[in-house]
Amino acid sequence: MSLLEIRDLKIYYRTPRGPVKAVDGVSFDVREGEVFGIAGESGCGKSTLVHSLILRKPPMFHAGGEAIFKGKDLMKLSEEEARKIRYTELSIIPQYAMNALNPTKKIKDIVWDLAREHGYEDRSEVEGLLRERLAMVKLSPKVADMYPVELSGGMRQRATMVVSTLLNPDLLIADEVTSALDVTTQRVVIELLHHFMEEGIVKSIIFVTHDLALLDKIADRTMILYAGKVAEIAPTEEMISSPAHPYTKLLLESLPKIGVRYKETKLNGIPGYPISLLNPPKGCRFYTRCPYVMDRCREEEPPLVEVGDDHYAACHLLGGENQ
Amino acid sequence: MGFRRYLAQKTAVYAITFLFAVTINWLLPRLMPGNPIEAMIESNLNLGPGEKEILIRFYEDLYGLNEPLWRQFVNFWVRLFHGDLGYSLLYKAPVWDLIRHSLPYDIVILLPAIALSWIVGNWLGAIAGKNRRYDRWMMPLFYFLASMPYFWFAMLLVYFIGVKLGWLPYQGAYDPSLVPGLNWEFIKSFLSHWILPFLSLFVVMIGSWAIGMRNMIIYELEADYVRYLEALGASEKLMTKHAYRNAILPQVTGLALQLGLMVAGAIATEIVFNYPGIGILLMNAALSQDYFLLQGAFLMVVISVLAANFIIDIVYAFIDPRVRASYTEG
Repeated sequence: MSLLEIRDLKIYYRTPRGPVKAVDGVSFDVREGEVFGIAGESGCGKSTLVHSLILRKPPMFHAGGEAIFKGKDLMKLSEEEARKIRYTELSIIPQYAMNALNPTKKIKDIVWDLAREHGYEDRSEVEGLLRERLAMVKLSPKVADMYPVELSGGMRQRATMVVSTLLNPDLLIADEVTSALDVTTQRVVIELLHHFMEEGIVKSIIFVTHDLALLDKIADRTMILYAGKVAEIAPTEEMISSPAHPYTKLLLESLPKIGVRYKETKLNGIPGYPISLLNPPKGCRFYTRCPYVMDRCREEEPPLVEVGDDHYAACHLLGGENQ
Repeated sequence: MGFRRYLAQKTAVYAITFLFAVTINWLLPRLMPGNPIEAMIESNLNLGPGEKEILIRFYEDLYGLNEPLWRQFVNFWVRLFHGDLGYSLLYKAPVWDLIRHSLPYDIVILLPAIALSWIVGNWLGAIAGKNRRYDRWMMPLFYFLASMPYFWFAMLLVYFIGVKLGWLPYQGAYDPSLVPGLNWEFIKSFLSHWILPFLSLFVVMIGSWAIGMRNMIIYELEADYVRYLEALGASEKLMTKHAYRNAILPQVTGLALQLGLMVAGAIATEIVFNYPGIGILLMNAALSQDYFLLQGAFLMVVISVLAANFIIDIVYAFIDPRVRASYTEG
């Protein structure tokens, strides 16, 4: 069962030199009960993609496609409808989770302000739930009565995770939540997200990261984005054991390995830089950096084809003649 | 630990600051060139050749100015703790009485001007910070208001409203033919004299409060916690509420400092309107080297500025948990 169906979604940024096509015709599903990983390098559109589901503020705008969430197209909701869905059904743990809570308000006041906006009437019930959840993430229930400034960075991170999931959203977006953390805290975060799923607090999670090694630990399926397009979607284990797209292969090879020293062996990287999204080439977006580039790649955009069970990739090497 | 230590630490710092400020305040007039006693006697007429020296000695004895500087310093502190600020050479009256009679005039003008301009300025600034369309024409207006000199705007008011239109009086604090008292006629006269000096301060002050608030609101609305509230479906009203609460904190500091400086009067305004406040007192004291009056008036300024700062340090610990957290940690 799909909780979220994205069909040919296009999210652009308006600039004086024309639209920047940050997300350009992306399609995927997020199924109920799964952790869906989205990976890619900086500027590939992964953050734009997930943020557009929640809030599109100028210069970001919706240029086409649909995002069907529980039967409703998120791109067509009125402002008030969209506001009501946020938090109660669709929530986010932001990249800046450590600084996401207003420093001059008690955590219970922040939560109550938000819950009231979503029609909750019983303050003690909301606060009771907050204390319960804080205890669940191994924070003292007293944290509810504290100001965010009185907590350490790691505690604030966990408190934000509790706040974001308090109203049991169906879909939780975790946007680069582990990027700024040390590995110990990363593990805590991953375990908590896993716990939220097990307890049925959230039905599905979209986990956005640039760290492929981390996705291996948490994501059931993973999507690799490159320059605003889908490169590959596959169950995570299969993606790592047998990547189909040249970009995925190169990404996996470029993961730093213990015991390899930069002085002796150069780190494996992908030569070149991502293309400009202001005026992308009409062919495959990866051809400028691809070691297997063919003439066809420059002219024709490769379609997403099924290369294995539940495994899709977009590359001319994998066949997929024009349907 | 915590608050008690914070309080003790702040008290000590303010006590030391007070000692230094008062000492400098005592020393500075004595470093000014010229001799105030001689200046005072010059103006008296027809003195014989020996009489002037006798008079000078008499006055120096009277004011204790012939003693060595350190003695004068000790005497000053002793008198200060007895509530004696000295005797004004210029007005021939105790300094404390002079200040006591002038201060109410300052307060009735400055307190409402500062408080109301703070409220109106914050309100206008918040609107400008939130709405780009208003901002486009309100900001230049704020800058214009804030950069107007007080005396210049006061003179415009005097010229146009006072002289040309003749709507309101612009000289003194009340009609000089009336005896101050609690009767309707006097109150009416006092209020009509009050409007122009009040306006001249109120309007100019709005500008700087509004600029400060506008910048703080823009900064706070861009902050991560507001973006988070928005992502979790907060209404516009809730986001503004959270941002406003944080944006107003620095403005509270500004308000406290302004209120502390209130005791210094508004010299330019008082001169333009010939309003009998501390400002005029201070100016006359400086012009005629009236040590004791200068000292006394500045002492009041020092005390009230320090008191305002001290109070705001304490209040801040209650209204801003960040400040509280920083002293309980450290």
